[in-house]
Amino acid sequence: MLVPGAEIPHLCAQCDNYPCVKSCPFDALSVDEKTSAVKVNAKKCTACGACIRACPGKIPHIHPKKNVILICDLCNGNPQCAKICTEADYRALSVVREAKKISHKLFAKTPEELTEMLAENLYGEKAKELI
Amino acid sequence: MVGGYAGKFLDIDLSSGKIGETKFPEETLYKYVGGRGLGARILWDRLGSKWESVDPLGPENLLLVLPGPLTGYFHGARICVTGKSPQSNGIVGSTASGEFPVELKCAGWDGIIFSGRAKSLVYLMIDDEKVEIRDARHLQGIEGKETLRKLTRDVKGELDKRHARLGIQKEPAMLYIGPAGEKAVRTAAVLEKWSHAAGYGGYGAVMGSKNLKAIVAKGTGPMPKVANPEQMLKLMKETEKISYAMRGTRRWGTGYAGYEVGAGSSSEPVRNWQEEWHDEKTMGGPNFDLRLWVKRYWADYGCALACMKLAVSKAGPYKGAISDNPDYELEAYLGPNVGVFDPAGVLYLSSLIEELGYSGINGSNTIAFAMELFQRKILTKEDLGGLEPKWGDVKSIEALARRIAARKGKFFNILAEGTYRAAQEISKIKGVDVTKYAVTVKGVEIGAHGTRSNMDYTKDICYACSVQGGDHTSTVFDGYNDLETVFADSGVYCNVIGWGGGLGDLQWRFLRAVTGWKTTEKIWKTTLGPRIVHIQRAALLIGGPDIKWQPVKDDDNPKRFYDPLPSGPYKGKTTDSAFVKQRRTDYYKTIGWDENGIPKSSVLKKLGLEDVDRALEKARGK
Repeated sequence: MLVPGAEIPHLCAQCDNYPCVKSCPFDALSVDEKTSAVKVNAKKCTACGACIRACPGKIPHIHPKKNVILICDLCNGNPQCAKICTEADYRALSVVREAKKISHKLFAKTPEELTEMLAENLYGEKAKELI
Repeated sequence: MVGGYAGKFLDIDLSSGKIGETKFPEETLYKYVGGRGLGARILWDRLGSKWESVDPLGPENLLLVLPGPLTGYFHGARICVTGKSPQSNGIVGSTASGEFPVELKCAGWDGIIFSGRAKSLVYLMIDDEKVEIRDARHLQGIEGKETLRKLTRDVKGELDKRHARLGIQKEPAMLYIGPAGEKAVRTAAVLEKWSHAAGYGGYGAVMGSKNLKAIVAKGTGPMPKVANPEQMLKLMKETEKISYAMRGTRRWGTGYAGYEVGAGSSSEPVRNWQEEWHDEKTMGGPNFDLRLWVKRYWADYGCALACMKLAVSKAGPYKGAISDNPDYELEAYLGPNVGVFDPAGVLYLSSLIEELGYSGINGSNTIAFAMELFQRKILTKEDLGGLEPKWGDVKSIEALARRIAARKGKFFNILAEGTYRAAQEISKIKGVDVTKYAVTVKGVEIGAHGTRSNMDYTKDICYACSVQGGDHTSTVFDGYNDLETVFADSGVYCNVIGWGGGLGDLQWRFLRAVTGWKTTEKIWKTTLGPRIVHIQRAALLIGGPDIKWQPVKDDDNPKRFYDPLPSGPYKGKTTDSAFVKQRRTDYYKTIGWDENGIPKSSVLKKLGLEDVDRALEKARGK
């Protein structure tokens, strides 16, 4: 985004109602019972982009060379991005464990929304003209 | 193709608008690697035979924008900008950090070679394989951050549409120049992202002289394949561990040093280097940290060190000023060196200098030089069109910076030629020798580390014998170990991780994993590195068209560095000229130059540099 210093991580939050899975006209998406990550059946996927439109965070994207959608699979329950972020001592990314009381929508935001919020935090009233 | 390289370079003639591509044989890549090294070779191949007559600001010069094989894999991605330097008339490899080289490599290009000159202001758009020269007349005279914003908005919608399948995308990366670059001010930088600059060498002026306002790159492909991915992943882990261990640099960046360097090692410029010590408590690290820093960890691609600190002035007279850090160099050069000891004022001036498109070190050095001439009543209020630039007066410093960037008025136009050339010219006009106030080496203004106290890492010959002039990121000491920074500029990564020598030979192991070559530290320091230094040296010695350097005589510190320090704990100390002489002789011997500082014929022939040897015949004849 255009705000200096505001580099926004852009990650799947595994919404509890999974709009992407629901939107798929080809039954290519499913939810992993163990990790609750969205799994892609590459054979069924036609790269139509319906899940991108359905996603509140516009997370899924199509492989640049192949016709298949890419969605975070949580590295089989051990997300490496969160691991390295903790190792590096930034702790900007963390794993939120499944629980009924947590609304997953709290975490699903578009990068634009996140940028706006962070910019306001960093730059106060100057934020709007910077974006 | 060799690992780490995309396999082809863009070769663009701005005069005719022809966009071509070039490949280099593997042997050339092995010998010169990339960035500063490969740049030196390309320049020598294409301009070497007529070097003396090439005007750095003419269409015959080349502007090279080159990543290296380590860029994007090893710590901290940087891009090297080079060409015939309008400051030194030699070759300076100047680097800036950011995502540009990564986008470029992902787009399938190993670098860009610009020649010629566009008829009107243009920008280059690289969208994977699609490369276009586009009109940029609407960006004429627009300041840095606005250029970045405007151009990003212009192209973002178009890119989003073209790559709709990829979801929300990061904005494209960009190199650009500010108004100072457009006016070919010799201290102008090529800027990247927000407040990042390839400052040394004056390549902003070269870019401006080619009527090239910006280069935009977006790559959607993967990074080029590497020779040994498993090995590289292991080495990446090793690199990260080193980054994490540099806790002080991580937490405080270099911006905490403004007071500590001044107080601790007496090597920080104060009022155009008249002193190198101050005890102004307002400058201490906490004043920046607590008052101004809004983000304490900020890094560019591939950097786990995150030494940048983002600063914003949220209240007071400089409300709204934004810059990174400012890092130590700008903190010193736009703080004590212009007599400003208010952190918010320093931040304001840093932000301004980036807006105008100066190199924060070089441009600010010239400003302080002009201020000293005003202090000594050599330049008067009339000369400066009514301006009275007094130490610490932020408003008048701003006005001075703006007028030099616009080249408006006789003396501002002279100052726009950089400190060295301005000193020569003003000495002639005024009939007083002002060159003793010019703190430059071979036309390149010196970084904010003095040699007089002998307490900083910069000592005796570190600038004097460097082929990069006053560049504080590529200083010399023994002609062997200092070739490490030549490697950093050629592999093109950020050398901050090498501070303190904690890397060992990691960078060469990394190069072997990425490329599959057998390059070792020893091979680099005895064969490959010296080759690059010899070419740069030859370019400096031949020089021209306006200035030529005298070997030995010009391999020296500026006069000011031999004045005793007037204040502070190291009062009275100065650079030892006899020691400099001895160290210079030693350096010549180790690197393979004769007693006149000219690369020896036998050394050059052994390295296969017959072309360089022939070109130096004239210099030897004298």
